[in-house]
Amino acid sequence: MKANPRDVNTGVYYMDGDVAAGYGALAAGCKFIGGYPITPSTEAAEAFARIAPKAGAMFIQMEDELGSIASVIGASWAGVKSMTITSGPGYSLMMENIGLGAMLETPFVILNIQRGGPSTGVPTKTGQADMMQSRWGSHGDYEIIAISPDSPQEMFDYTIKAFNLAERYRCPVMIMSDECVGHMTEKVVIPQANEIEMEPRRFYDGPKDKYFPFKPDEDLVPRMAKAGDGCKLYITGVIHDERGYPVKVEEYKSIYVKRLVDKIRLNKDRIIELQEEGTKDAEIVVVSYGISSRVAVRGIEKAREKGIKVGSLRLVTVWPFPDEKIAELARTIKAFVVPEINYGQIAFEVERCSHGKANVVLVPHGGAGVHNPDDICDAIEYAAKEKRKIEGTVEYKTKLERLIFEEGYKLHE
Amino acid sequence: MEALKTLQEEIHPMEDVLRMDRMPHIWCPGCGIGLAVTALSAALEKLEMDLNKVSIISGIGCTGRAAGYVKLDSFHTTHGRAIAFATGIKLGNPEMKVVVFSGDGDLISIGGNHFIHAARRNIDMLVICVNNFIYAMTGGQVAPTTPLSAYATTSPYGCVEPPFNIPYIADSSGAVYVARWTALHIRRLTNSMVEALNKRGFSVIEVISPCAMYYSRINRLGDGLDMMKFYHDNSEIRHWEDTKNLDIAFQTPIVVGKFVDRERPTYMESYNKWLSEMKNGPRKPNKK
Repeated sequence: MKANPRDVNTGVYYMDGDVAAGYGALAAGCKFIGGYPITPSTEAAEAFARIAPKAGAMFIQMEDELGSIASVIGASWAGVKSMTITSGPGYSLMMENIGLGAMLETPFVILNIQRGGPSTGVPTKTGQADMMQSRWGSHGDYEIIAISPDSPQEMFDYTIKAFNLAERYRCPVMIMSDECVGHMTEKVVIPQANEIEMEPRRFYDGPKDKYFPFKPDEDLVPRMAKAGDGCKLYITGVIHDERGYPVKVEEYKSIYVKRLVDKIRLNKDRIIELQEEGTKDAEIVVVSYGISSRVAVRGIEKAREKGIKVGSLRLVTVWPFPDEKIAELARTIKAFVVPEINYGQIAFEVERCSHGKANVVLVPHGGAGVHNPDDICDAIEYAAKEKRKIEGTVEYKTKLERLIFEEGYKLHE
Repeated sequence: MEALKTLQEEIHPMEDVLRMDRMPHIWCPGCGIGLAVTALSAALEKLEMDLNKVSIISGIGCTGRAAGYVKLDSFHTTHGRAIAFATGIKLGNPEMKVVVFSGDGDLISIGGNHFIHAARRNIDMLVICVNNFIYAMTGGQVAPTTPLSAYATTSPYGCVEPPFNIPYIADSSGAVYVARWTALHIRRLTNSMVEALNKRGFSVIEVISPCAMYYSRINRLGDGLDMMKFYHDNSEIRHWEDTKNLDIAFQTPIVVGKFVDRERPTYMESYNKWLSEMKNGPRKPNKK
């Protein structure tokens, strides 16, 4: 299905990533955003609030992030595509209801413009340290989808993709962007509505009294209905059967939770999107996502100038994780270099999937800034020279890290 | 034989509104939540509303289970978030009539922020708050409604905090309809629900209900029926009473009645009004 022309502000713009995400949400057919202001995500909310009414969409500023996400799940069950916008501290507050969203198999999107943490951290500067939280933040077993755009154009494109994935797999989808991409201003091309592919909600169309909100189709994804349809939905966060009725039998728990997990895991190949470049004959592969993948480009270039065979694997979809792809590369290459703005999150996933066949070098960054491409280049050089097989992830000491280490963690002059 | 046949064929009078396949319910004997659900069912039947367009949303707790026994679009959500969830449903599909049915802990303690803000915005919904003075589902812990000096498992020497006066919070936050009844005021409670369902805007009905299992046992107040009768017989109907004067002290008379009934534009009405004005160019802020 194509997007509705009313929702698409076709044109060529010079806009920042946050704003592009707001335009993307509207183009994807989002009709409801419940949000709460938090730096550095506010521009996305402001943009949506400004353009929404003309397209019959609505922005409401809720009293807090707990309310934002609860209203978003409610709106989704009322039959409209919905999204919330936040950053680190707000994202932490949303965790409980992300679990509710996964449990109720509710399609909705969360835009997280990551900032430096922990706690209030560095509100106005970048970070990539919520990656594991997006995967494991709420209690219990569940699977979500997370994508990580690296430019304003991608913020537009992948916000649409996030909505499509949410509708297709009936689950929460996270856009794990960061302050740098959110505040980066670049050319953004918003195409004609008929060039935008949109996944409509897969509504149930059988007899009303025969509707089971949690009875899956063959692809393990159930059909959706909405409040007011006459289906007399019973939707509960308690473990439930296909009708939605609470059950206490142990087997039900296993079957239900297993399906929540498997509907993502077994459809992985259809969900995951990667950008691979020069990995065929590479001895080192740089695995990166979000803003770090933009910075890595220069690091890779520099390493190539030095004659090292470097490839790049960019994770557009971070969750579900491309286990097989990493394992496959690990068999042929010497080492992975993983630059990320944290002290090791995705690097450990890479280590897990490389099964000891290739070294894993983490290029850490504490946040509030991005890597120096020289550090990435140095790490590549180090990884290429290292002859030993090293168990576990090696934390590469960047210039800044070396300085901190020499000074003995002292923060004052 | 004839009589037996009639009996067998007889269906529950509220079968249209209740999920009979979910019975028996989980509530203890002597609990008042069932009475509040009955009153809501009776009100819905009396109003002859299109039940396909009514949604009931609960949070967590004993009263939180109510949504699951009512044959409407039922949502049993997370602790404290029922009103926020209901806001999403109402704004996502404005033709729905939305009822939030939950307990005092859920709505006033963990969900207190959503309660006051939904009232301020005047989101069109009916909030039924069953107040049993205690956290019952978790085993009798002290609540923000526990009367001063009453015992609870986490206030073993008596509650030292003054309780919230729910009608006063609702009133001062901007609710358009506020009433309080005890669980045994079935007819008045039902009529109140009919009235509130007819209102446009944020309406609150507090239902004083006995907790026969915890509140009563810890405070030695007899069984559920004793408490229910005590609350009913010691209540004073004082319509239009200033909500400031509605504090509840331990085992003292409870003031019941309809306290607030006023008109105020709902969120959607204001929203649509501004939008239609926006078509003639951006509106200038009022200077007053």
